[in-house]
Amino acid sequence: MKRALYILAAAAVVGLAGCGESEQVIVYKQGKYQGKPDTRPWDNEPLAAGPKWNKGDRTSWETQIKQRQLGQHEHRRIYQ
Amino acid sequence: MARMKFLVDAERCIECNGCVTACKNENEVPWGVNRRRVVTINDGVVGAEKSISVACMHCSDAPCMAVCPVDCFYRTDDGVVLHDKDICIGCGYCFYACPFGAPQFPQAGAFGLRGKMDKCTFCAGGPEPDRSETEFKKYGRNRLAEGKLPACAEMCSTKALLGGDGDVIADIYRERVVRRGKGSEVWGWGTAYGPGKPGAQPPAGAKS
Repeated sequence: MKRALYILAAAAVVGLAGCGESEQVIVYKQGKYQGKPDTRPWDNEPLAAGPKWNKGDRTSWETQIKQRQLGQHEHRRIYQ
Repeated sequence: MARMKFLVDAERCIECNGCVTACKNENEVPWGVNRRRVVTINDGVVGAEKSISVACMHCSDAPCMAVCPVDCFYRTDDGVVLHDKDICIGCGYCFYACPFGAPQFPQAGAFGLRGKMDKCTFCAGGPEPDRSETEFKKYGRNRLAEGKLPACAEMCSTKALLGGDGDVIADIYRERVVRRGKGSEVWGWGTAYGPGKPGAQPPAGAKS
């Protein structure tokens, strides 16, 4: 009798487990970016013909792009 | 640290749509999707007509990121707001949240099917290998990974549209405003004139 009760309880636990909702697709973190990671621009090798920076060096990439931004400044571009 | 922004000078924009064309061409954007467009007010009224070029402004506190139900948006280290099209479900929440109407949805199919969101990427591609064919097809060209600035800003003939690090382009705009003596009211005293001397007061009526 006791054994039958144990079996019944175990069957109930296993059966009820089927009613649970488990994540089947992705582990969703509310408010966190869910997509693929992106690479950073300075981690690329500079093109053969184009602006130059040291691969992986953020400072050198920023220095060259800042220089390029100043090309939009016609007063300095003309008078320098 | 660079924080990429666009700044449009309404005193200079001549509504040539060169930025729109440059964007379309550079990123091979399909029909019906306009990542960038020129908005004109008081069209045809002499002396009162003003135009500005509008696209994603890569907000520091972007509302699209806040409302996205699947969290497909992210911000790069240089402040560009991008999204993963593999995650996007095309719900359109970002379109309603964006004050600039930047998110665009390709319309295809007989039943008004709305595709995955497309928007200005500041020519920074997306979460695919940089400068790859996949990245180009999904997001357009990655000019930042080539050490260049967005095509729209670099193509602008009157340099009304400035793109780059917020501090650098604000400096350019500020010097321009000081030389011509007007335009500060559009973007506010801070952008046009900088922090100024301690205790200095902006003119009456100027925005802070």
